[in-house]
Amino acid sequence: MMYRTLFPRDMFAELDRLQREVQQACDLSPSIRGLTRGYPALNVGGTPHSVEIYAFAPGIDPASLDVQIEKGVLTVAGERTADEVPEKAAVHIDERFAGRFRRVVTLPDDIDPNAVEARYRDGVLRISIARKEAAQPRRIAIQ
Amino acid sequence: MTDNASKQADATRTDAALLPPVDVIEDAHGITLYADLPGVPKDHLHLQVEADTLTIEGEVMLELAEGMESTHAEVGLPRYRRVFTLSKELDADKVGAEFSHGVLKLRIPKADHAQPRRIEVRVA
Repeated sequence: MMYRTLFPRDMFAELDRLQREVQQACDLSPSIRGLTRGYPALNVGGTPHSVEIYAFAPGIDPASLDVQIEKGVLTVAGERTADEVPEKAAVHIDERFAGRFRRVVTLPDDIDPNAVEARYRDGVLRISIARKEAAQPRRIAIQ
Repeated sequence: MTDNASKQADATRTDAALLPPVDVIEDAHGITLYADLPGVPKDHLHLQVEADTLTIEGEVMLELAEGMESTHAEVGLPRYRRVFTLSKELDADKVGAEFSHGVLKLRIPKADHAQPRRIEVRVA
């Protein structure tokens, strides 16, 4: 690497490369790789009428998913079986999660645990939980 | 088959995308690649083989509730992309692809000249 620092052929290209590497290392790390954040990855959002939870759980039999709400806590659990590796095969890259998983989300107080809908599509489990009627914002007419 | 880091870096410069986790398994007759692409419908998955470069690209299409505000996001970008360089012994014309429940399975057979052959040993 010495020659490169002594003879910078294209300093701007080098700076550009450096900036790109730094950017990738810190703020711009668009990766869901690995187990650092757990499986499945969760996105949570809310509307005035419902709480929406998206669990990114590809390759799972929907029947084997266990979704529970207990005391305001939502649990998504299940198991993902590993791909079968035939005999005399070499595994070159092994990044995908396999095994049992469980993720837990604390829900807000105003949800109605009886009005839950869960759908599995394209490897994403979407759980919609309605908020209680009383908790929804209401406009009060002024007499 | 190698991960093409420099090409990926170039791609992230133009528009950022998530790097989907993959498994690559090689057996005697070819390689099998599994990629996790949750949230991508079949018609938004793009596979491309150009010369020796395999590109997997997919757009995440979620049914979003009306007026939804995100409070927590672990999947922060609506796109996946990963680029691989295929080795010459693979037959890129015979790639087979299956896609279900957000998992892509690619089967790339080895070219005929790269298939293992058993050589009979004759006793003289």
